[in-house]
Amino acid sequence: MSPVESAVRYVLLAAAACFVFGLHLMNSPRSARRGNALSAGAMAVAVVATAVLLLDRGSVTGTGWLVLVLGGAFGSGCGLYAARSVEMTAMPQLVSLFNAVGGGAAVLIPLQDLLGSPHPAALGARVTVPGALDVVIGTVTFAGSLVAAGKLQGTVPGRPLVFPGARALAVLLPPAFVAGTVWLVLTPDQTAAPLVLLALALVFGVAMVLPIGGADMPVVISLLNAFTGTAVAMAGFVLGEPALIVAGALVGASGTILTKLMADAMNRSVAAVMVGGFGTDGGGAATDAGGGAASVRPLSADDVAIQLAYARKVIVVPGYGLAAARAQHELGDLVQLLEAHGVEVSYAVHPVAGRMPGHMNVLLAEADVPYPQLKEMDEVNPEFPQADVALVVGANDVTNPAARRPGTPVSGMPILDVDRARSVVVIKRSMGHGYAGIDNELYTDPRTGMFFADAKQGLIELRAAVRAFVG
Amino acid sequence: MSLDLSTAITVFVLAVLVGFEVISKVPATLHTPLMSGANSIHGIVVIGAMLIAAQAHGPLGYVLVFVAAAFGAMNVVGGYVVTDRMLRMFRTRPEHGTDHGADQGPRE
Repeated sequence: MSPVESAVRYVLLAAAACFVFGLHLMNSPRSARRGNALSAGAMAVAVVATAVLLLDRGSVTGTGWLVLVLGGAFGSGCGLYAARSVEMTAMPQLVSLFNAVGGGAAVLIPLQDLLGSPHPAALGARVTVPGALDVVIGTVTFAGSLVAAGKLQGTVPGRPLVFPGARALAVLLPPAFVAGTVWLVLTPDQTAAPLVLLALALVFGVAMVLPIGGADMPVVISLLNAFTGTAVAMAGFVLGEPALIVAGALVGASGTILTKLMADAMNRSVAAVMVGGFGTDGGGAATDAGGGAASVRPLSADDVAIQLAYARKVIVVPGYGLAAARAQHELGDLVQLLEAHGVEVSYAVHPVAGRMPGHMNVLLAEADVPYPQLKEMDEVNPEFPQADVALVVGANDVTNPAARRPGTPVSGMPILDVDRARSVVVIKRSMGHGYAGIDNELYTDPRTGMFFADAKQGLIELRAAVRAFVG
Repeated sequence: MSLDLSTAITVFVLAVLVGFEVISKVPATLHTPLMSGANSIHGIVVIGAMLIAAQAHGPLGYVLVFVAAAFGAMNVVGGYVVTDRMLRMFRTRPEHGTDHGADQGPRE
């Protein structure tokens, strides 16, 4: 190993250590930004060090450099534009898109060896096994993430799309992946096996995500994130490059943890999400039929304004409906007005509020809500009995007290104890159901009043009413 | 740059464990930036794109390198920039008199 090679080795090791430390700094909003900057700096150093290594070896042709620089510049431009212009409500799509390109890049790395090597027969299982895994996992991620991004963006219908033969595909394709991998390992000198694996994985990725409903997106995005990390780690095995292995493994771990957290918060197993469709396990439609008769108490904006203005403590429960209506700024404005009037306000954020893990927190941060006011479920639940008003904006299933009883589709789902507040106001467009497809018993509670409005319009009216009331 | 297989697997397993340990301490408030930040980290694949450039022979090889470099660079640059943009919005006290500050310049 030349001195330059050893130096680059240590620089890449230091970069990998900085990635770990950067993630560690993410454990507090105070230091998170520094953590991200450290990680970005380490990445820049790693890229420069690799360029030095390649120059020292002189192994890249002039054309090779040109292609690299052009590709890098083009990709950086696209990434920069997307990152600068994206709206916070569209963050899940963007993260999906970055997942897709990361997975896609990881697929191309073993293909260089598998398709283009001058001595393909010499490729051992050392390269072909992780290569095949990389192609399969990376391609599934690429296709799946693009479909997920399309669903989130609305270009692909968000409802579960079930097509005939989907189950058969899901059963038949994994053995086909194993067979294709064996084929590739035994005969590395042909190019058909990697291409067949690639095609099958594309089909599998699309077929995997299409039947998944919009409510399950936080789980799916987390899972695809874990897949991308794993694909990158496999690319690291192919290249024998520890920096890729470490970085990929870190992302794989983070995606796995988030997948588990999201699935737990929705009271669903990851397997159930992948099979698709809420309520397919029965139950849903049955409990639904009898509940329509109970009466609800509609409120006007003025009624709600008086309740809010006289309250000492208000807990706001924002849900997916708030994000969908892009009403986070209107909510922030209303809360600022209440605070100026001396009302104590905090936000109760359920883990699956929004469309990806932690999405609601980002939306509220964008609306200038200070993060200490954002409270996680376990922290805020004991506070509900002291709250004069719980204001539910666009959240449904996560507030349904039916979850505490067995025998309903939401049973066992961790919920926010909204029904324990002294009074409850729900802003909602109609009595429509949430994803679980059942009535929310909170709405018929005698202490609950319903303010029927679109989240954005409703909050604007409320703010005007509160302002008129407090002068 | 070849790495012994057992060493590679050791590195992988230890890194997964370190990842679990570090990431389970991140609060739910920061899960979106965490995921986005982790996303940028797997952009290290751009280094892989550089390394395969050394083996590129002929048009197919160059096309692979171009696409891999473009995808990887988009992942890295976009990921870090958007993560920073999100993290910049997390603050303890709102700044009054500002508009709905998506981009109000850095605050250290």
